[in-house]
Amino acid sequence: MTSNESLWHDTLRGGQAWSRRLARHQRLRLRDVEGRACVSALFYNARDPIERYNMPDTLKAQFTAFLTAGRVLYSDMGRILCSIVADDCGWHDTISGIGGADASRARFGEGSYQALRNDFHRNGRDNLLVELGKHGLGKRDVVSNVNFFVGVTVDETGALAWRPGNSRPGASVELRFEMDTLVVLSNTPHPLDPGSTYQPPPVELSIGTGPPAAEDDRCRLSRPENGRGFQLTEAYAAEMAGVR
Amino acid sequence: MSSFRMTESRLEPAAAAVDVTLPAGQGWTQELAPGDIFRIVDLEGNQAVDTLFFNGRDIDERYSATETIRAQGNIYLTTGTRLMSSEGRPLLTIVADTCGRHDTVGGACSAESNQVRYALDKQHMHNCRDSFLLALARYGHGMGKRDLPNNINFFMNVPVTPGGELTFADGVSGPGRYVEMRAERDVLVLISNCPQLNNPCNAYNPTPVRLLVWPKV
Repeated sequence: MTSNESLWHDTLRGGQAWSRRLARHQRLRLRDVEGRACVSALFYNARDPIERYNMPDTLKAQFTAFLTAGRVLYSDMGRILCSIVADDCGWHDTISGIGGADASRARFGEGSYQALRNDFHRNGRDNLLVELGKHGLGKRDVVSNVNFFVGVTVDETGALAWRPGNSRPGASVELRFEMDTLVVLSNTPHPLDPGSTYQPPPVELSIGTGPPAAEDDRCRLSRPENGRGFQLTEAYAAEMAGVR
Repeated sequence: MSSFRMTESRLEPAAAAVDVTLPAGQGWTQELAPGDIFRIVDLEGNQAVDTLFFNGRDIDERYSATETIRAQGNIYLTTGTRLMSSEGRPLLTIVADTCGRHDTVGGACSAESNQVRYALDKQHMHNCRDSFLLALARYGHGMGKRDLPNNINFFMNVPVTPGGELTFADGVSGPGRYVEMRAERDVLVLISNCPQLNNPCNAYNPTPVRLLVWPKV
């Protein structure tokens, strides 16, 4: 953790869902303990969740089809929800979505709670719906997500390919929040992962504090677009301080 | 799968039940029944048509760019592409296409994203998000900003390189090219005929499109 102080840490079991509000300038580190995790993630303005992560706006502003250190995650309102300040993988997917119950059943079998108790086969879409429901959100709020630790590439014809070995044991990615953000996570197998058994590995989460983005911050300077994104985000923080 | 595949339709415009011309900068909604055929014609060429679809009987189920990409294992849309819902079910299938490639990664322009992408003083410029919001407000049924997931950009070319770079390339469409799709269930269509003037997605000259619907025979 590049932050100053660790506030909280926990381990997400394989199959587990999670949600929590992160305050502006707090940090969240995700660590892929065994090196083959997929953590599907959605992000919302914690005060006004109608504002949420927007995959196309994030990719267009940074002329990229994937996420890594130095890049930021935009909301649909031109603001930066969080910045990626450290990354051991070099590639995190945001174009290939999450799987649901049908896809999980087709690949891994029924995997019911009745048979497996708490090792049952949870799937990404249902996990997100459960966590969103805790915040008054639902199907209408499931937008294109981020898949941390997953690499999916695109060839000249547009065809997708799974990137083997994208993560490795102990790899981590660290986010610095630029807005008060509701984070919703699902630690469930990616539907393009060629693995044939349901074995989502554990993922460690650490929340800490740290300094805000400096004037020479890598994420702020990586694109002129991001400089403007930070300006709009800082203007919003001032606006919200005024109506607190 | 080749990058560009052309497939023509035999349907005659004279037999269409709906035949409207939508100027650039305007929104539009249309309900389709299962089996209806819907065609979008790029009248003057290189015009991005930002489009969303909803299950007409349950608007909580709607078009999903990521489900569509993953279902066909390819980011470009063309003949044969099933336009998938957030529940992983086909809403429509593309049955004809004389353009050959359509985008679903680039999303819709907005006042706020124009500020990020171009300059803070671009907020006043007309954009697709505003056209979507006005069309949904007029359509009613409680629909609004929560009902704007990532859309399709018909006739738009947004190539992704093997290294993961995303670019906005010159249009691959031309005057009179069209894309045609069959509704697989009751569908609500939401369109913004893109007014973007800051990049080449409309060749810096937004133009009208023609929208036709043939009822199921």
